[in-house]
Amino acid sequence: MIPAAFDYLAPTSIEEALAALSSDADEVKVLAGGQSLIPVLRLRLAAPTLVVDLGRLPDLAGVRDDGGAILIGAMTTHDELTREPLVSEHATLLAKVAQTVADPQVRHRGTFGGALVHADPAGDFPAAALALDAEMTIVGPSGPRTVPAAEFFTDLFTTAVSEDEILTAVRVPKHTGWGSHYEKFHRSAQMWSIVGVAATVRLDGGTVVEVKVGLTNMASTAIRAAAVEQQLVGQPAAPEVIASAAERAADGTSPPTDVNGDADYRQHLAKVLTRRALITACGC
Amino acid sequence: MGLAWGMTRISVSVDGIAYVDEVEPRMLLVHYLRDRLGKTGTVVGCDTSNCGSCTVHLDGRSVKSCAVLAVQADGHEVITIEGIAKDGELHPMQRAFHESHALQCGYCTPGMIMQSIDLLAANPDPTEADVREGLEGNLCRCTGYHNIVKAVLTAAADAKAAR
Ligand SMILES: Cc1cc2nc3c(=O)[nH]c(=O)nc-3n(C[C@H](O)[C@H](O)[C@H](O)COP(=O)(O)OP(=O)(O)OC[C@H]3O[C@@H](n4cnc5c(N)ncnc54)[C@H](O)[C@@H]3O)c2cc1C
Ligand code: FES
Ligand code: FES
Repeated sequence: MIPAAFDYLAPTSIEEALAALSSDADEVKVLAGGQSLIPVLRLRLAAPTLVVDLGRLPDLAGVRDDGGAILIGAMTTHDELTREPLVSEHATLLAKVAQTVADPQVRHRGTFGGALVHADPAGDFPAAALALDAEMTIVGPSGPRTVPAAEFFTDLFTTAVSEDEILTAVRVPKHTGWGSHYEKFHRSAQMWSIVGVAATVRLDGGTVVEVKVGLTNMASTAIRAAAVEQQLVGQPAAPEVIASAAERAADGTSPPTDVNGDADYRQHLAKVLTRRALITACGC
Repeated sequence: MGLAWGMTRISVSVDGIAYVDEVEPRMLLVHYLRDRLGKTGTVVGCDTSNCGSCTVHLDGRSVKSCAVLAVQADGHEVITIEGIAKDGELHPMQRAFHESHALQCGYCTPGMIMQSIDLLAANPDPTEADVREGLEGNLCRCTGYHNIVKAVLTAAADAKAAR
């Protein structure tokens, strides 16, 4: 289908973009890579009167070293995340997640920031952002603010970014040398996660010193598997120890029931996939 | 807001020719190519940006032209299936598809070929698994994947032999 008509602006400065978002148009939408928004417009599930394209803003794409963290511009594409050495070295989990998202064409256009703000509960990046304790920089009419990942995803398709704001960058603390793995369960190529588990661990001589696990599609937003993390810290990185901790992966979850599976099936999957993700991340 | 939705002027290079056009912002790149420029070699196979039949190259990388607005292509370079043959000679990937009988009804073929060219540009020496993964965004309703994968591997081997 063809989208409903809208006006279009492609600002070349953040100030201009923010002014457009605060204009008196009935409904304004930000356009990043368009890989979620354009299909939504085509299906006429949304009909904004003004679309503000971030594609011509300078400085919103790319990854740079920021001391103890890497700073990822919101317009950095999924494909860039898979190829950027700073990401594979300091946030390996993110590179691994990006590799599983959609297909090459979509990864060439889709952006990290767009995927986070879209906040599809089946989207793969929010779980990784949680597991890596990322911090989002959001700018709005009253200036910039930062929001930790743990407070960013508020509900289905809803985040801390309000309609007159733009997500500009994501700060990911360096997880250099951490083991990591994303275990994504889906029916066929290119499909969204039925359940996904993003795990990252820091080992010292075979002992789990730190461990963080993010779950995709196990609630209305991505969530951390806190019970698993607590049980595993300080333990030896061994398959039976991991298997026992992974049994807690469904604690406190409220997954959806849909055509791909019932809630209790997803809770079963969460345990199995958490075990696999952690065993791979630990290399044991 | 009034009824007169703004038209936007775009300058875009398509298959090596520069065009300047007024388009509605809602116009998809695929519709611009087909309906405005008459480049009907690029086809539309779905409403959800899943099938990949509309794949073209935007600044040298594959994209689904149904998931790009024509206005987003302003100032950029597009190559379609109609722009890859040179001087009446098929592109090596087109020839490989022809020789491996990698099409049945042919509907997915333009997108398959454009994605396969991108795949080899990113990975000139792919395994069969790499090829299958690299084509995951392209669906063939005739399910002729076997010969499609064979064609891409043949094109890769030919290119390697020529190097
Ligand atoms: C066939 C297909 C398969 C897919 N499979 C997967 C998958 O397996 N896993 C997965 O995670 N995703 C998948 N996706 C979605 C893909 O990852 C999208 O790229 C992503 O969800 C949205 O990013 P975008 O840059 O394209 O954003 P857009 O589509 O441009 O925008 C998405 C939303 O976010 C808002 N927005 C975007 N950027 C900003 C910003 N910087 N500040 C404020 N608001 C902003 C927009 O207003 C819009 O509401 C798939 C998409 C397709 C078409
Ligand atoms: S028509 Fe573009 S992906 Fe199907
Ligand atoms: S050959 Fe018919 S869709 Fe692929």
